[in-house]
Amino acid sequence: MNGVLLGAVFALAAVGLTLIFGVMDVVNFAHGEFLMLGMYTAFFAWSLFGLDPMLSVPISALAMALLGWIVYRGVIARVLTGPPLNQVIATFGLLVLLRGLAQLLFTADTRKVLHPWAENIRFEIGSVVIGGPQLLTAIGALGCTLLVGWFIDRTEIGTALRAVGEDRAAAALQGLDAEKLFRLAWMIAGATTGVAGALLMNSYVASPEAGIAFGLISFVVVALGGFGSIGGAAVAGIGLGVVQGVVGAYAANYTLAAALALYLVVVLVRPQGLVGNR
Amino acid sequence: MTATLTPAPESVTQAVRSGPPWRTVAGLALTLILLIAYPFALPTVFAANIGILALTFATAAVGWNLLGGYTGQVSFGQALFFGIGAYTTALGVRAGWSPWLTFVVGSVLAAGVAVLVMWPTSRLRNHYFSIATIAVTQIVMILVTNIEWLGRASGLELPIPDHNGLATLSFNPRDKTPYYFVALGMFVVAWVAGAWLLRGRLGVYAMAVRDDQEAAAAIGVSVRQVKLVMAALSGSIAAVPGGFFAMYVSLVDPPSVLGLNLSIQIALIAVLGGVGTLAGPLLGAWTLIFLQEYTRSELSSTGRSLDLLIYGALIVLVTLVEPGGIVGLAQRIGRRLFGAARRPRPGKGKP
Repeated sequence: MNGVLLGAVFALAAVGLTLIFGVMDVVNFAHGEFLMLGMYTAFFAWSLFGLDPMLSVPISALAMALLGWIVYRGVIARVLTGPPLNQVIATFGLLVLLRGLAQLLFTADTRKVLHPWAENIRFEIGSVVIGGPQLLTAIGALGCTLLVGWFIDRTEIGTALRAVGEDRAAAALQGLDAEKLFRLAWMIAGATTGVAGALLMNSYVASPEAGIAFGLISFVVVALGGFGSIGGAAVAGIGLGVVQGVVGAYAANYTLAAALALYLVVVLVRPQGLVGNR
Repeated sequence: MTATLTPAPESVTQAVRSGPPWRTVAGLALTLILLIAYPFALPTVFAANIGILALTFATAAVGWNLLGGYTGQVSFGQALFFGIGAYTTALGVRAGWSPWLTFVVGSVLAAGVAVLVMWPTSRLRNHYFSIATIAVTQIVMILVTNIEWLGRASGLELPIPDHNGLATLSFNPRDKTPYYFVALGMFVVAWVAGAWLLRGRLGVYAMAVRDDQEAAAAIGVSVRQVKLVMAALSGSIAAVPGGFFAMYVSLVDPPSVLGLNLSIQIALIAVLGGVGTLAGPLLGAWTLIFLQEYTRSELSSTGRSLDLLIYGALIVLVTLVEPGGIVGLAQRIGRRLFGAARRPRPGKGKP
């Protein structure tokens, strides 16, 4: 059960990564650092203004959407026309830059929101205890993931995003402004990391290292679900959460190693992802 | 085509392919003289430490460059080979072996592991490959952290030998100059080996794979074989500085010789200096290690660190401003100073 709850967060963490990949074929290595900064945003909203993480969800989402916009305009748009190698190194540079920024501004100390409101909630089903922080985080993450999925699948702008992802030239002929849509994709991706980061502050600690951990997990989820597939990411996220839960029960030191091994197996054996059909 | 990250500035490849004209020889001689004069010109422990670390990581970057720069397989897991070298030396020296022997063993081991890793991953492209290299290295680091005879998270300490000297690779701790010259020797050997390897057919094949894999395969280059050979060479070169590093700091632990930060550092040195250039690793390493050690000593009391921020900013800047790195920048300035008399650089046209 706890695996499923954790998996919902993994899914949301991976949605933005897979969205950007699907729309513009770019892998954002700095994705985990977005999430890490989202966590810090929620932490400081609490430590400076006393805002509960649940309340700072929109603030963090807005802040990270802004960061997405800045990063797209400042860096990504400028390396888009170059070879993929240049993009890999540029977003990897962003990873290092944002992590370094966090280390300089916030130091390497871990930060925790003490007694979030969600701790008041507690369910006991037989012998299984489900904590409010975990539950609310999972529900919020699932809701946000579904919302993004609905937006991409059902709305006009979502259709435009998918069109640009499929064939940029044809989309341009239809009068779609790829530049604008790319920017939007980065802002949506940023917002999802902001939501995920704020929700995570219910139960996790923020530290500069958090970005790497969640970033690696996001890569695994995106690979499992098929690069570019939001539905796939949602299913794969929950699946990975369950795997993590099971591995964690037997060998707690190896949860990340198991996830990474899963990535290797998937990209080598079934590159379209376990769930994907592309 | 816009600016690419892999434009192997053609003066260097040209020199490598067609035998060194006098300018290249003069350049190499001058570089060597400067490197030899360095510890005498700046006789402080601080400067010597920078020089030793710069040469160590420059050697690792020479290894990275063979695979990432010349073959186009961007690895963010070069620490794997560095770590294999470091742990082999630590285990070997604790068992009473000569450090020199452990360097050879580590190097061979790393080449073997490189082939093992490259075998299945050689068909992955771009980010799929890069993420896979991170995944493999992280898995190994997690394993090492949990293995008893590798010292788990606290690592392995190296014993202090009975007598100092070149044979035991241990010197009076107050004077770092001998370490510097061993590091310099290591770098020169690795650099010459790299340049020599790239000179022949292998170098041309590797660059063909990097520039267009399909085209290379179409003209009969065995893409997989080239990747395997380059990975093995890259690994064997990167393992030696790992072993030397173990001797120099006398302690090997997972984050410092296998961590993602080290992989980043090695790749960054090559990217900053100039991807796929022979001078790149040296220039990149000195710039980076100096910045790192300087900011560390300036900020050490505050508990904050600036070096990651600087690394990141530099990588992003390089991709945005001058994908050719320091070497590319120098060439651009050179062209401006001496006019357009030199050959124009291919693949650098404006879009």
